[in-house]
Amino acid sequence: MTESPRPILAGRGLVKMFGRVVGLDHVDIDVYAGEVLAIIGDNGAGKSTLVKCVTGALVPDAGTITFDGREVTFRRPQDSRAAGIETVYQTLAVAPALDVASNLYLGREERRRGILGTVFRMLDTQGMRTRAEAAVRDLGISTIQNMSQAVESLSGGQRQAVAVARAAAFGSRVVVLDEPTAALGVKESNQVLALIERLRDNGLAVVLISHNMPHVWQVADRIHVQRLARRAAVITPKSHTMSDGVAIMTGAL
Amino acid sequence: MLGLKTSATGAAAGLTGRRTPAQRVHHLLHHHPAISPAVILLLTCVVFTALNDRFASPAALSLLVQQTATVAALAIGQTLIILTAGIDLSVGAIAVLSSMLSAMLAVENGVPAPLALVIGIAAGLAAGGLNGLLVTRIGLPPFIVTLGTLSVFTAIVLLYTGGRSVPGRDLPDLLAWTGTTFAIGDFRLTTGVLLVAVMYAVVGYALSQTAWGRHVYAVGDDADAARLAGIRVNRVLLSVYAVAGLIYGLAAWVLIGRSGAASPNAIANANLESITAVVIGGTSLFGGRGGILGTLLGALIVQAFTVGLSLAGVDDQYRLLAVGVLVIAAVSVDQWIRRVRE
Repeated sequence: MTESPRPILAGRGLVKMFGRVVGLDHVDIDVYAGEVLAIIGDNGAGKSTLVKCVTGALVPDAGTITFDGREVTFRRPQDSRAAGIETVYQTLAVAPALDVASNLYLGREERRRGILGTVFRMLDTQGMRTRAEAAVRDLGISTIQNMSQAVESLSGGQRQAVAVARAAAFGSRVVVLDEPTAALGVKESNQVLALIERLRDNGLAVVLISHNMPHVWQVADRIHVQRLARRAAVITPKSHTMSDGVAIMTGAL
Repeated sequence: MLGLKTSATGAAAGLTGRRTPAQRVHHLLHHHPAISPAVILLLTCVVFTALNDRFASPAALSLLVQQTATVAALAIGQTLIILTAGIDLSVGAIAVLSSMLSAMLAVENGVPAPLALVIGIAAGLAAGGLNGLLVTRIGLPPFIVTLGTLSVFTAIVLLYTGGRSVPGRDLPDLLAWTGTTFAIGDFRLTTGVLLVAVMYAVVGYALSQTAWGRHVYAVGDDADAARLAGIRVNRVLLSVYAVAGLIYGLAAWVLIGRSGAASPNAIANANLESITAVVIGGTSLFGGRGGILGTLLGALIVQAFTVGLSLAGVDDQYRLLAVGVLVIAAVSVDQWIRRVRE
C-alpha cells in the first residue's frame, strides 16, 4: 500500500442534521491517494450522507473538509468536480443513446481550434474520440473497443466501465463509487473490481460504498464502518474478518 | 417494418457475439435513424411515378417541395422539442400569432414592414420562451403547458384580429417576399423554400456539431443523468423552447408567402402535421433519438402522398389512411430500435 502521510481528502467533525434527525454526528474521514477506502454500514448509518458532504452534494452543518492539505468548502457537486473529485452514481450518469466518446465528454465537450471552434462552436468530435480511446485503453478496459458505439448497446458491466472511465479520465484525483457492483453479475462484478484496483494502482484515491462484503474485502485497503451516524471503526481486511466487520456495523461488537 | 418479427432471435444471437441480418439492420438504423424514412420516400416516389408518370415531372415535384415548406419549417422546432422528450401542441398557434402580428402591424398600424416582420418573429421567440419558462420554472409537463398556450395564443389572435384575414394585395412586399418564385431549370422554387433549407442547415449543424446539440440529446435521453453529468438541464430546455418559437416565427413568414395572405385560420392542422413529420422521420417520442434530416424526409413523405394520390385520382381519404399506417409503423420501428440488448 502506497499510503502517503497526508490524506488527499479529509473530513473532521462533520455534522449534518436533517431536521431533528442526525445524519452525521461528528464524523472524521480520511482518504489517501493510491488506496481504496471502502465505506460500509447499515441503511441509514450515514454512508451516503458522508460521501455527499465531502463531494459537495450536501453542505455539512459543522466540521471541516480539507483537500490536498487545504481547507475547502464545496457548495455544489461542480465545486468538488473542479477540484478533482468525481462521483459515479448508483444510477449511472450516462446518456444511453449517445456513444461512448460523447458520454465520456458529456458536459465538458471540447471544441475545434480556431474560428471553427470560437465562432461556429464546432465540436472536436474526432479528437474527443481519439482521446476517449486512449483514456479507456490506459485504464485497461478491454471490454469496450468501439468509441462510436451507443452506450445502450453495452452490457451493465461495460456501462459501469464507461461511467468509471468518465470519472477517472480527466485528471481527477479522487473517484467515489456508489454501489458499483450492485446490479452486476459475477463476471462483470469482477471486471469492475479489477478496474477499481487499476485506478488505485494508477495513484487515484478510490472511495467505495458497498453493501457487498466479499467485494469490499477483496479490493479495499481500509474500511470505514459507519454506525448510527458515527464512525464506528476503521479496519482493514487483514486485521478483521468479514463477520467482524458486520458485527461492528450492527453493533454486536 | 423491417425484421420486426426476427428481433427476438436477433437479441438472443447478440449474446453469442455473432450478428444476424436483423441485428445488422438494427445496428444500421440505430446509427442512421434517417434511413427508414429515406427508403419510404424513395418507395413512395417509385410507386406514384409508376401509377402516374406526371408525378416525376418538374412541375409536380416543384409543387411538392413548395407545399412541404411551411410544415417542414414548423417541424424543425417540433423536432427539437420532441428530442428533449417533450411535445409542442402550440406550434400552429404560435406561427399564426406571429404572422398575424406582422401583417396587422404593417397593414393596420402602418408600422414599417421590416420592423413589423421583426416584431412578429420576436413574438414567436417570446411565445416559445413562455412555454419554456412554464416547463422549466413551474415544472409542468410540456403536453399540458402547450395545450394551455395553444388556447391562449389562439384566443389572443382572434381577439386581436377579430377573426379577419389580411388579404395579399394589402401586404407589404417584404412580408410576401417568401412567396417569390424563381426557376432552376424546369423546377420552380420559392425564396421561402430556400429560407427553410437554410434553417435546416443551421439547426442540423447545431444539433450534430455543437455541445448544445449533444446536450439536447442528453437531456431528452435521461434528464437526471444529464444533470449529474453537469449539464444545466433547465437552461438547455429553455433554449430549446425559445429556439423552437423563433423557428415558428420564421415559418410564419414562409406561410404568408405561400398562402399569399395572412389568415388566423391558416394551417389548422399544423400540430398534427408537424408531429406526424417528426414521427415518420424516425425521431423518438421518448426523446434523445432522431434528427431533423428524418423530419424533412417525413414532411416530404406526407406531402408526396397528397400529391401522388391526387395525381393517381384516388380519394383524398386514402391519404389520411396511409399517413395513419405510416405513423404507427414508424413508432413500431422506433420501439424495436430502442430495445436494449438483454
